[in-house]
Amino acid sequence: MAREEHRIVKGQVLVPYELALGKTWSAFYDYLKEEKIMGKKCGRCKRVLVPPRSFCPRCFEDMEEWVEVSPEGVLETWVYVNMPFFAQEIRIPFISAQIRLDGSDSGFIHRVAGIDLQDFEKVREIVKLGGRVRAVWNPEKKGSILDIDYFEPVD
Amino acid sequence: MAKEYRTIRNDVALPYQWALGKTWTRFFDGLKEERILGTKCKDCGKVYVPARSFCPTCFTDTTEWVDVPPRGTLVTWTLVNASWYGQVKEPPYIVALIRLEGTDCDFHHYVDGFDITDEKERKRKLKTGAKVKAVWSPAKNADIRDIAWFAPVK
Amino acid sequence: MGNAVAIIGTGQTRHGRRSDACYPDLVREAVTAALEDAGITLADIDGVVLGTMPSMMEGVSSTHFYFAEALGSVGKPVLKVETCGSTGQSIGHCGFFWVASGMADIVLVVGSEKMSEGDGQATMTTVFDPFFQRTFAAGAPGVFTMQSMEWMYRFGIPEEKGREAAALISVSNHDNAMDNPHAHIRMRVTMDEVKNARVITYPVRLLDVCPASDGACAVVFASQKAVRKSGRKPAWIRGLGFRGEEFFYGESDKAVWMSATEAAGEAYRQAGIRDPLKELDVAEVYNPFTYQEMIFYECFGFCPRGEAPDYVLRGTFLKGGELPCCPSGGTLCTNPIGATGLIRMAEAALQVTGKAGERQVEGAKLALSHAMGGVDQFNGITIVGSTL
Repeated sequence: MAREEHRIVKGQVLVPYELALGKTWSAFYDYLKEEKIMGKKCGRCKRVLVPPRSFCPRCFEDMEEWVEVSPEGVLETWVYVNMPFFAQEIRIPFISAQIRLDGSDSGFIHRVAGIDLQDFEKVREIVKLGGRVRAVWNPEKKGSILDIDYFEPVD
Repeated sequence: MAKEYRTIRNDVALPYQWALGKTWTRFFDGLKEERILGTKCKDCGKVYVPARSFCPTCFTDTTEWVDVPPRGTLVTWTLVNASWYGQVKEPPYIVALIRLEGTDCDFHHYVDGFDITDEKERKRKLKTGAKVKAVWSPAKNADIRDIAWFAPVK
Repeated sequence: MGNAVAIIGTGQTRHGRRSDACYPDLVREAVTAALEDAGITLADIDGVVLGTMPSMMEGVSSTHFYFAEALGSVGKPVLKVETCGSTGQSIGHCGFFWVASGMADIVLVVGSEKMSEGDGQATMTTVFDPFFQRTFAAGAPGVFTMQSMEWMYRFGIPEEKGREAAALISVSNHDNAMDNPHAHIRMRVTMDEVKNARVITYPVRLLDVCPASDGACAVVFASQKAVRKSGRKPAWIRGLGFRGEEFFYGESDKAVWMSATEAAGEAYRQAGIRDPLKELDVAEVYNPFTYQEMIFYECFGFCPRGEAPDYVLRGTFLKGGELPCCPSGGTLCTNPIGATGLIRMAEAALQVTGKAGERQVEGAKLALSHAMGGVDQFNGITIVGSTL
C-alpha cells in the first residue's frame, strides 16, 4: 500500500468555563425576567447605555443611575445570516440587528424575527433600515439574552 | 432578588484538523510498525525523537532518518494524582522523560507495567538512570499512544 | 518617533490550504525566506515578535511556545502580540518600537495562521462577549456586513451602486492576485459572477469575501546601523498609527469609524502627508470584504465620505489609477489572519524597494499598509518610504 506523504489529525478542544456576570449584568438579567430593559446613565456625559455598564467607557466614571429604556426602537443596521458554523446558537437563516432603543444612546445587538425568513427578497420588503422594531418577550425566562425572544418590525 | 451576583456555565468546544506535515506523518507511521524514528542533523550530528523536520539548534533541514532502539534510561518522572477536565488518562499514572539510546534529547511518555501505587516499588524501580523499554499497544492508531508506556527492565 | 527603523527583508509562504505542512514548518518557511532576503542569519537577530489570532483558532495555546524553534527564538527574547485581524500591524509596530528604542538592532517579526485547521467563524464568534452579543454573532461576515449596510444607509448610497462598486473591487483584486505567486486564490472572476455568487450575509456574496488561508509572513526590522551593514535596499518606516474603540458592537459609529480615521491621521502626521490620494503611490488596505474596503478609502482620506463607490467606479484605485490599492490581490484573495496585516506591510516594503515583481507599481516611493481587527474595534496603519 502506498504510504501517505502527509495527513491531518482530527481533534477537539473542549474547555469548560464558569463566567461571572458581576453586579451590573446580574441585575440587568434580573430586570429582563420582569420584562424590563434597563440601561445605566453616566453622571458625566449623560449617555444611557444598554447593556448597562458598571463604568462609562468614555468618561471612565462609575455609572450609578439605572434607567428603564423602551422595548421599542429604530433599526440602525442588520444582516441576513446564511452561513453555518460549528456550535452556532441560532439556526440559519437569521437576522442579526443593531437597534437603538428609545431612550438609549447606544446600539443594542439582538435579532429580528417573527417573519418568514426563508426568502431574502420578501424579508427586505419588511425589514428596513431606519424602521421601527419592538421586543417580543420569551414566555420562559432563563436569565439569558434570549429572554427577549426577538424584535419584530412594527408597522 | 435571591442573589446579587451570578455566574453562567459556558463551555467552549471547537473542532480542529491539525496537519502533521511530512516528518511527523512518517514518525507516526513508524510507530504503527513498532519503529521509533528519529532524524539526525547533518551539521551537529544530534538525533532527535520525535523526528524533527529541522534542527532546532542549527536551523538546517534534517534529511537523515534513524531507527532508534525502543529502550533507554529514565531521566525524570512524577506520579500524577490530580484530575482535570478532559484528562486523557485516569490518575494515578506516571509521566516521565526518557533518553532513548542513541538520541540527544529526552522523550516524554508514560511509565507503567508494575504496581505504581506501591511507593516502595516506585522507589526501587524508578531511579534516575534506570533502564526502561517501550511496551507497544496491541491496537495501533498511528499516534503517540501506539506506545502504551515504558516499563522498567531489570 | 525614536531612532530610524527600516524593513530590510521579508518572507512569505505559499499561502493557501497547506495540509502538507505542520504549523511550525509553515512558520519556518516564512522565517527562512525573510532571513535569506535580508542576507542575515539567526545569530544576527536580537529579538523575535510573534502574532496570531486567539489561541482558539489554533487549538494550541500560546503558539510562541510551540513555534520557538521555527521562529529561531531559542535563547532570545520573544514577545507575542494579538489584536485579531490587526495583529499583523500590531506586531510590525512592536518590531518598530523595539528597534526605535535603541534596545535592538535587528528584530524578526512573524505573523502566521492556519485557518484550515480550526473553525474560523466559530473562533471569531468567541471574540464577542459571552453574555450579550455572542448569541447573535455571525463571525466576521455578520459584523462587516452590518457595518456596510449602515454605511450605505447613512450616506444614501443606492444598493445597486454599492453592489456595482463592490463587484469591481472583487474583480480587480482577483486580477491582481494573478500577478502574486504567494496568493491563495488565483483565478479571474467576472462582474456577473460576483453579483450572482451565493449569498453569505446579504448583500455580501461569496466572491465579496476573503478565503480562509494557511500562511505565514516574516519581516526583518533593522536600525540604521544594521541597514548599512546589510547592504540591502531599505523600506523606511515613515509613520505609524493605531487606534482602538469600545468593545461592545453598537456603541461607536462604524459608518465613519473613528479608529480607522485617526490611525491614518496619526500616521500621516508623522510621515508629513497632507493629501494621501496625491502623495501615496500605492496602498495595501486590509480588505477581507469588498464593501468594507470602500469605508476604509473614506476613513483614510482617499475620497470624501459617501463617495467611495464613485471613485471606485471611476478606476481611481485600479492598477494604473491615481492610487492603486492592493496590487497583491489583497486580503480578499489571501487571508491567513495573524499574518495578513504583516503581509500588507511586507507588500508595501516590496513596492517601495522595487522588489514587487509582476505586481510592482512603477516608481512607487511611498506606500500605506493597514489592518483592522476585532469586532470592528482596532485599526493599524504603517507607512513606508524609499527614503527616510
